[in-house]
Order: sequence, then C-alpha cells, then structure tokens
Amino acid sequence: MTRLAYYPGCTLKTNAKNFEDSTIATAEKLGIELVEPERWNCCGTVHSLSTDDVMHHLAPIRNLIRVEELSNAGAVDSKQVVTLCAMCYNTLKRSNMVFNEDSDRKKKIRDNMYKEDIQYSGNVEVLHYLEVLREMGWDKVKEAVVNPLNGLKVAPYYGCLLLRPRGIGVDDTDNPTIMEDLVEALGAEAVHFAYSQKCCGSYNTVHMKEVVADLAHKIFKQAEEASADMLVTACPLCEYNLGPRQSEVEKRYPVFKSIPVVYFTQLMALAFGLGEEAAAFAGNKPDPRPLLRDKGLLEE
Amino acid sequence: MENNAEIVTIYVMGKKHKVPGDLTIMKAMEYAGHQFTRGAGCRGGYCGACATLYRKKGSYKLEGALACQKIVEDGMYIAQIPFNPAEKTTYSLDELRPDANTILEYYPELSRCLACNTCTKACPQDIMVMDYVQASLRGDIEQAAKLSFDCISCGLCAVRCPAEIVPYNVGQLARRLYAKYIDGPSQHVLDRVKEVEEGKFDEGIKELKNMDKAALQERYETREKILE
Repeated sequence: MTRLAYYPGCTLKTNAKNFEDSTIATAEKLGIELVEPERWNCCGTVHSLSTDDVMHHLAPIRNLIRVEELSNAGAVDSKQVVTLCAMCYNTLKRSNMVFNEDSDRKKKIRDNMYKEDIQYSGNVEVLHYLEVLREMGWDKVKEAVVNPLNGLKVAPYYGCLLLRPRGIGVDDTDNPTIMEDLVEALGAEAVHFAYSQKCCGSYNTVHMKEVVADLAHKIFKQAEEASADMLVTACPLCEYNLGPRQSEVEKRYPVFKSIPVVYFTQLMALAFGLGEEAAAFAGNKPDPRPLLRDKGLLEE
Repeated sequence: MENNAEIVTIYVMGKKHKVPGDLTIMKAMEYAGHQFTRGAGCRGGYCGACATLYRKKGSYKLEGALACQKIVEDGMYIAQIPFNPAEKTTYSLDELRPDANTILEYYPELSRCLACNTCTKACPQDIMVMDYVQASLRGDIEQAAKLSFDCISCGLCAVRCPAEIVPYNVGQLARRLYAKYIDGPSQHVLDRVKEVEEGKFDEGIKELKNMDKAALQERYETREKILE
C-alpha cells in the first residue's frame, strides 16, 4: 500500500459523503491508503485574485503545512496531497503557486501564519484523484475492473475549476480527455457533448436557483442529444446543481428528461465490484440505480 | 504583610503604578488601589470573568491573559475587558437537530473564518480555537465540542477575531448539541439527579443552614480537599 495524504474538504464529510466513501474504497483496491490529517481547515475557497490579499491564502497554505507535518512524521510516502472536490483542488493548488512564485506574498503569508510549529517549505504537490489514476496508468485501472460497464453511455461533465486556469487544471483546458479515458477503462462508452465544460451556475444556487436551473437545462438538453445515459462529475457543487437541483429544472421545464449524475469514483466502485456500501448510490438524487439495473449493471 | 519581591512598573489603563513583581495582574491592580466591580470572579482561573489585554514595553504584540493567572511583568500596559458586547443567539435546544448546518444557521458569520489562527493565539486556555471554529463550520459537532471543552468564555478570542466570529458561543452550542443528541445522557448524572430528588442531601443542607458563621467557617476550613 502506498500511503498518500488526503485532504477532504467540508463537503466530502456531509453532502458528498458518497464521493468520499467511493474514493477511499477504490483507492484501497488500487493499493493506495488515503491518510487524512488529524487537523484540517477550510480550503480557503474561493481563490483570491487580488494581489494585496494575503489573508485568503492562510487557510490553503495552513492545510499544506498539515500535509508537510504528515510527511515529516513519516505517516505518508510522499509530499503529495490528493483532493476530490474541484474547488478545494483549485484553491489549494493556486495558493501553493502564489506562495512559490511571489516572494513578497510568501514572506507575508509566513509572517501571518500564527501558532505553527513548522514553516511551510512550498514543496507539497497538490493533486486531484483523477491525476493519481492517470499517473498510475489506465491499464492498472482496467485490471481492477470485474464488472465492466458495457452498454452504459457516460457523458463526462468537467465544469470549470477542474480545468481552469491553464497550468492549474488537470488536463487540457479546451480538449480534456482524462474523464473519458477513465470511463472507457471502466468499460463504459464515453459520450462527448458540447456543454461538458459549461458553467453549472456555481454559488448562484444559494440565491438564484433559476439561473442554475436554466444552465442545467441547457446542459441536460445537450447530453440528451448526445444520447448520454448518465453524467459523471468530479465536483460536489456541480453534482449538487445538476443532481438535487433537477427538481428546480422540472418546475421551469415541464418536459425535461431527467438524467442521473454520479461521481466518477462511484462508477469505479461499481466496475470494481465493491458493492453498494462503496458505490453509495443511495446518496444521489435522482437515484441512478434504476438505470443501472435496466442496463444489467446492478442486481435487482 | 512582608513582600521581598522586586518592584516593577505597570500601567493600568495608562496610569503608572509600582507594584511587587510576584503578583498576578488582578492582585497588582488591587495593590495599586483598583477595586473590582466587574472583571473578577473565581480568582482561580475557572470562571473566565477577568479577561485582560496587555502589551509589554517595546513590543508590538497585543497579548491576552486571565488577570487572576498572569503574573505582572515590568513595563506591562494593561487594560481589562470586563464585558464583551458579543452577539448571542437564542434557541430552544429541544427544537434543534444535530445536523451539519445547525451551528452555521445560528452563527452564519462562521463562514467568514480565514483560518488565521488569531483566536488560538489569544486563548489563555491554550485551546485550538480556530480548529473548533472550522469543525463547526463544516458541521463536525463532535470535534467542535471536544476541542472547545476547556473554554471558559473569557471572550478574548472574540475580541481578536478579524472575521468578528464569537467562537465561545459557537463552541457552547456545539457542546450542547453534542451532549444532548450525540453523546446522550450520562448514567451517573441521572443517578445523582434521582438521589437529589429523593432527598439524599436534604438533611445536610438543613444542617448547614442552621449553623452560625463561626461553625460554618470551621467546617469550610476543615473540609475535604480533593486536589491535595
């Protein structure tokens, strides 16, 4: 087992528990033990773009100190940290870059980092779980598949924070293939559709649900035209806006055709044959299980 | 009373005083003639009434302490915070649920936390305040309750927080939710409540009530001291 530091972020412990459960189980299957630091704080979301704003970088860098502490204590095998939430990934990685590339802000961040035993070195590498899988090799993923997802048409939905800005994203900003590669390794058919990188509406979901509903409607319409059975995502906010918020879409568009949305790790758990406890489909809205049963991928 | 301690200079609310250097801030202020009407309680570091801010001469750092615990230092500038005008929401614990967003609903300013750790730096109890604020923010009631357990609500964290969060009220709500809904009632407390209700201590209370002052004082001075 390779021991790898794992930064969960708030949503993974509550609304996106199914994302965390399926990740821990699939990682274990692939020989990776995810080690969560005993202490961690909010990732610092959202990444602050103002150059005089040091305060907003304290939270992300403090989390990287926790990773460095794990590494120094010999509790993990590398100075890498894996994230799941696209927002956490983006915020941690960008602050890490600010710290390493801007010596003035690096000094200020260090000066204001109260009550820490060590100074951050800048040497932690922030990864998304998708990158860990790609690094391992799609063949390795394929080897773990016992229940290939034959006949399932899956449309990867990337959203924004996983790909942008250039230099931060997990893949090519305009033509990503990382989730398509994964989906195909699991035996499913990857479906390309025009809105795979369209905004999900993000935090407008709090006070302008109709904005999210309109965007979601467009995204689903495109996915439907591409004959997708299912959308797969790597971001809890995208999952929320395209999943549970479908009830808002239905209110505004009565003829709307519902399509299930799941995390990529849930499909992995299904293909790896790890059972419902790991795949945790009960946590998804709408429920993807009827579709999976129809396709013969899940027992009645 | 003889005191051979070195005399030091302190400034109470800007006014200069010379006091023996082995006194606590509270005793030194009384030595200097200050009479406490607020900002003093148990004098044993338990009640949190005597929150104090101070700065040492030549230092830019504003530090916090309990006046009854901190020994004066030469050149200390002292200001007491006898009352903290902090927002405290009202709720009925019976109507709450221990859900991930419950604390955030009552203290939404939690989401302003920047993880700067100023609260932890200010805490005279050495509590990891920022960590329990963060646990509350993400709905980890158990961790928030456990990390904040030693809080005495002195208020120094709230005074220093740049996000204007009131950590001690947040921690209190977390502990209440944890105790009521997660940890559940403790059997030994239920047993003791039953004993009280059945009158186990009625005779003893009656006896104390009928004692004169001298007898009561003697009883107090010869009491069983658990910590010794």
